[in-house]
Amino acid sequence: MMLALEMYRSPAKYLAARAMGSRIPGILTGPAAPLRLVTIEEPKADRAGWARIRPILSGICGSDLGMVTGHTKLYFSALVSLPFVPGHEIVGELLEDCEDLPKGTRVVMDSVLTCAARGVEPCQGCASGTTNRCDRITVGHVAPGLQTGFCQDTGGGWGNVMVAHRSQLYAVPDGLSDERAVLAEPLAGAVHAALGAKVEAGQSVLVSGAGAVGLFATLALRELTQAGRITVVAKHPKQRELAKAFGASDVVAPDEVFRGVRRSTGAFRVKPELNAKEFLLGGVDVAVDAVGSKDSIDTVLRVTKAGGRVVLSGMPSTGADLSPVWFRELQLSGTYASSRQEPNGRPAFETALEIAAKAPLDGVVGARYPLYRWREALDHAQSAGRLGTVKVAFDVRAS
Amino acid sequence: MDDRTPPLLVHNGEGFLLERFPLGTRVVYPPEALPPVRDVEEAIQNALLHPIESEPLPELLRPGMRLTIAFDDISLPLPPMKKPDIRQRVIEAVLTMAADAGVDDVELISANALHRRLTPNELREIVGERVFRSFFPDGKLYNFDAEDTENLTHLGQTEHGEDVEISRRAAESDLLVYVNVNLVAMDGGHKSTSIGLASYKSLKHHHNSHTMIHSRSFMDHKASKMHHSAWRMGAVLTEHVKVFQIETTLNNDIFGGPLEFLQKREWEWSIKDQASMLATKRGLDLAPAKLRHKIFTDVRSNYGLTGIHAGKIEPVHEKTIDNVHRQHLVEVQGQSDVAIMGVPFVGPYNVNSVMNPILAACMGLGYYFNSYRGNPVVRKDGAVILYHPVDYEFSQLHHPSYVDFFEEVLSESTDPATIEAKFEKQYAEDPWYIHLYRTSYAYHGVHPFYMWYWISHALDHCGDIVWVGANRKTVERMGFRSASTLQDALEMVSHSVGRSPSITYLHNPPHLLADVR
Ligand SMILES: [Zn+2]
Ligand SMILES: [Zn+2]
Repeated sequence: MMLALEMYRSPAKYLAARAMGSRIPGILTGPAAPLRLVTIEEPKADRAGWARIRPILSGICGSDLGMVTGHTKLYFSALVSLPFVPGHEIVGELLEDCEDLPKGTRVVMDSVLTCAARGVEPCQGCASGTTNRCDRITVGHVAPGLQTGFCQDTGGGWGNVMVAHRSQLYAVPDGLSDERAVLAEPLAGAVHAALGAKVEAGQSVLVSGAGAVGLFATLALRELTQAGRITVVAKHPKQRELAKAFGASDVVAPDEVFRGVRRSTGAFRVKPELNAKEFLLGGVDVAVDAVGSKDSIDTVLRVTKAGGRVVLSGMPSTGADLSPVWFRELQLSGTYASSRQEPNGRPAFETALEIAAKAPLDGVVGARYPLYRWREALDHAQSAGRLGTVKVAFDVRAS
Repeated sequence: MDDRTPPLLVHNGEGFLLERFPLGTRVVYPPEALPPVRDVEEAIQNALLHPIESEPLPELLRPGMRLTIAFDDISLPLPPMKKPDIRQRVIEAVLTMAADAGVDDVELISANALHRRLTPNELREIVGERVFRSFFPDGKLYNFDAEDTENLTHLGQTEHGEDVEISRRAAESDLLVYVNVNLVAMDGGHKSTSIGLASYKSLKHHHNSHTMIHSRSFMDHKASKMHHSAWRMGAVLTEHVKVFQIETTLNNDIFGGPLEFLQKREWEWSIKDQASMLATKRGLDLAPAKLRHKIFTDVRSNYGLTGIHAGKIEPVHEKTIDNVHRQHLVEVQGQSDVAIMGVPFVGPYNVNSVMNPILAACMGLGYYFNSYRGNPVVRKDGAVILYHPVDYEFSQLHHPSYVDFFEEVLSESTDPATIEAKFEKQYAEDPWYIHLYRTSYAYHGVHPFYMWYWISHALDHCGDIVWVGANRKTVERMGFRSASTLQDALEMVSHSVGRSPSITYLHNPPHLLADVR
């Protein structure tokens, strides 16, 4: 038996939770609370290639908060199996040998549950190394679930024990702290986004949002591309500071994006009638949306130059105006998780661990909570930007 | 100032205050308006027919020649002049002589340099209905365009390597007549043609932080580095182009009618003055911002002509300076620890527009602070206290690059040299600002930099700069402090000037030029 946080209601049932407002404790103590702290059976690792892991630190991701607050789209309801233990950003310790990795190895995990983990023939995505595009995430000998942390059978990082398949695991180099290693998963996502953005030497980039996704995307763009000017949209003082430390050339406030991008790119500014939102003729070569809100997406589409690329890195909401995509012939692309075979020929996780070792990431895990203080932890994560925190994590061993 | 002194009027943006200053405050009033020239037409004729070190204008005119008349733009005078504008009268006289001589190739150019274009109505206000109708529809009356590279001519360089690049039409004219309005000692002389008709390439040689910080003061062209440069350029220009300079000077009669009390000394206010002051103040305090703005934008001043001189640039300008000094100079005995100034609603760069924070700073710390001869009114490391609301308010139409300058540049640095090195070129060459300057009514992208360079002497000289009643955020962005009352302001500066500093209140406008002995 083990202690774990469990997601036990379907998104449809707790959509009502949204009416509770944005305060997490309100949502979690309300009648429709989807999450609870329970003592349950440990998940089993009785197939070849699977092993048990004891999580050390387990991060709280924006997609976790989306689940808890009922903001995640119904689209995903077919891709999870309830009840499940959330938590897909982990650094943990192997409780037994896992093929070539001996017991006790510290590991991080690519959470996508691909064909390899499910024991089925590789789909086209998996076969080509773009494992994040796996088409078999609902079948095989593992319950449906797009990732560990959304799947009934695997457990997740928000519990004392979980299981993972060898194909998901990467050994953490000695000397890399747990606080840095726990960032490997979101960093891998940023590596994937940065490489997918196909930024050419000297091109200007806008990153909208300076939460973990935006900040890591900035870092990865600086590390892995020859981007010229990188402009980051940040709301809070600490975010501004980190964006600069992570390689932003300049930082603008959300209501300053049009002005700032117009200035930095020498674009022309156009204001339609009737208070419609303005747009630029010209603008950045590439924009990365790391927020997902309608406002943010509307903005990045309007400040990207004709023929430019817009990468959706945050989970997008609906209702954005796509006229600029048509009129400006934008290339609109998404970026999800990370793959085993990135454009640089390597698994994103390997690159992420290298970045984790050298980037200025001290203090990025700004708060650690034991599992039993989960309401505080989620509330803190929900307000992280305002509170000057990038990443909130569960200190699972302290639980 | 003693205990019988009534509270004094202080200009404060689109409104004014009555302030009680500490006992012992020295108040410097602008001089009374000089008596105007009685017969303006006669004075104009006299100047054109009996010019200084030049043939009379009619002798310079002949059939088949190319004549260009350039005139000072809307930044002068302040506030704008009641009709008819003195420029209209002079231009009509010049045009009459040209017609008599059979000159038919005439163009009129507003010498706006990097200032915004004038609207057709604004051009009409300056040149008058008749001239406007005769020249504007054919494109013979227009704004100078410093970015129209095809219509610029590079005349050469000064011995200091400064480029002289001006309007092609002016450069290729057989005669360039310049019609000036001189309100302050900074204007006129070689500044007219070699700045008013010049491009950024030419202007950047003197409109930079180094030159402007060493221009002490702008009101003294012999002590101003900027003017030294303009004079050198003028020498190159006049080698190539024959210039007939016409300079006019105005008196201090700027507030007439119900606002007449604004230019009287408070203890001379009659019952009627007091009543109209109270009525105006109450009206303004109650008026919605838009109406208040309109009231001030609509102000037109009486002004009387105090002199008109024509002919060769340098000697004409000497006469002009004499006239300006006669009107504006006030003797001030010694510097003081604190100078207090009210910043009014209008400056050279927000006519028919709004005074944004940078312009407010420039008005107080560029214009007024530099309105001295000899030494600044305030001692080195003394304090300046200014009045203006300094609202976060910009005209997107007239000052688009100012908003960016305020948000982007000032948030990074307020040091003029740093700003110049890091940002000026980008702003000067930004295609959007150039587009708006050329086709809309926007100041050139680089203009806010010039405003900021202009205050660099004050930034360097003053220990403290505090704004009374100003928006805290905007003032802090510019590197200043704000106080809610004069008492608080004096408290804030007491660490540098002590608890009983000597204080001078410069009671302008109308304009004054402090001759600090
Ligand atoms: Zn995640
Ligand atoms: Zn697959």
